[in-house]
Amino acid sequence: MTRPRLATVWLSGCSGCHMSLLNLHGDLLELLGRCDLVYSPLADIKEYPRGVDIALVEGAVANEENREMAGIVRSRTACVVSLGDCAVNGNVSALRNPLGREGTLERVYGEAAPEHGVARLLPTALPLHQVIGVDLFLPGCPPAPERIRWVLTRLLEGRPVALPPEMLSFG
Amino acid sequence: MPRLTLTINGRSVSARRGDTILAAARRSGIRIPTLCNLEGLIPAGACRVCLVEVAGYPRPVPACATGIEQGMAVTTDSEPLAAARRTTVELLLAERNHSCAVCVMNRHCRLQDLAARLGIDHVRFAFISPLAGVDMSHERFGIDHNRCILCRRCVRVCDEIEGAHTWDVAGRGAASRIICDLAQPWGTSATCTGCGKCVQACPTGALFEKDAPTRKGTMDLAGLAQWRRSRK
Repeated sequence: MTRPRLATVWLSGCSGCHMSLLNLHGDLLELLGRCDLVYSPLADIKEYPRGVDIALVEGAVANEENREMAGIVRSRTACVVSLGDCAVNGNVSALRNPLGREGTLERVYGEAAPEHGVARLLPTALPLHQVIGVDLFLPGCPPAPERIRWVLTRLLEGRPVALPPEMLSFG
Repeated sequence: MPRLTLTINGRSVSARRGDTILAAARRSGIRIPTLCNLEGLIPAGACRVCLVEVAGYPRPVPACATGIEQGMAVTTDSEPLAAARRTTVELLLAERNHSCAVCVMNRHCRLQDLAARLGIDHVRFAFISPLAGVDMSHERFGIDHNRCILCRRCVRVCDEIEGAHTWDVAGRGAASRIICDLAQPWGTSATCTGCGKCVQACPTGALFEKDAPTRKGTMDLAGLAQWRRSRK
């Protein structure tokens, strides 16, 4: 039997969800011993591969680059997991939404809004499931390492994943 | 005191005449989720989280604001009710800006807690993301309308317990706003006594105390209400 292929993706988030993943410490080694990490900001892999079994996606879809990446992830992944509040409901990334795209650029850059070299912002930062289909939601800002371990373990074992209320809270 | 008999979830329950379905259920150890309800205040039926089914009624009714009747058959936990409650809370989350991670009441919020209990792991509706405004003009307190769910606990506690009636509601539907006196900055209110009951009664981070730890205490509102009635 082939080993499950795992990917972790970083869209518009603070990387706190990835930090929480790293906070699994020894458990992380045990988990990674049971699958192949084929794409991640924690690994130097340039292109999102095909045939991924599980993808943990952190961050909201806030710019064109994010949207393109989300589409690629969906088309090449069996199980997409929305990891953390930004992916699940926009959270901090979506705090700019009431200002709109132009209002946000004005607020952040003033007169010096960059025209080149940065991805074009979407009018609003969107939760991942409003852009692509999502198979599983793992809320939390960031989700506690224990939540990530619980979900990943079950997914790798092919068991059903229904988070209990204490693992569901936002924030 | 005369008593009535009804069934809740098939269980025979005896309750006092004049009780609400919520009160009868609670006394029988049956839990119905609530949000706008606060013991000691007159029920508002504002949030619709405590909806229950009553045999013979065409649609679900709020348990907090519906009186019991002899022989009533109440269901509190059917699949359609769970779906309705979930939808209600999801709509509340989508209506304004509830980012738990940057809220003063994170982990101490009734809305956040309720969402988890109802199994809400995401919101199916588009977020409206209004700029609802924040009023920090009061010396000790602040109100962040982005966190407000219009449960009117603050309005009721200020009117019914403190007797000041500083708060009210203006507008309609999702455009409704809690207003202070004649829609003026809180700091300029002539009626606010600065008692802080509204802050304590608020179930979310909409009303908060400045420069204070993010814990809101709990109050014996039922006792306070009784005390106030005894003075009339």
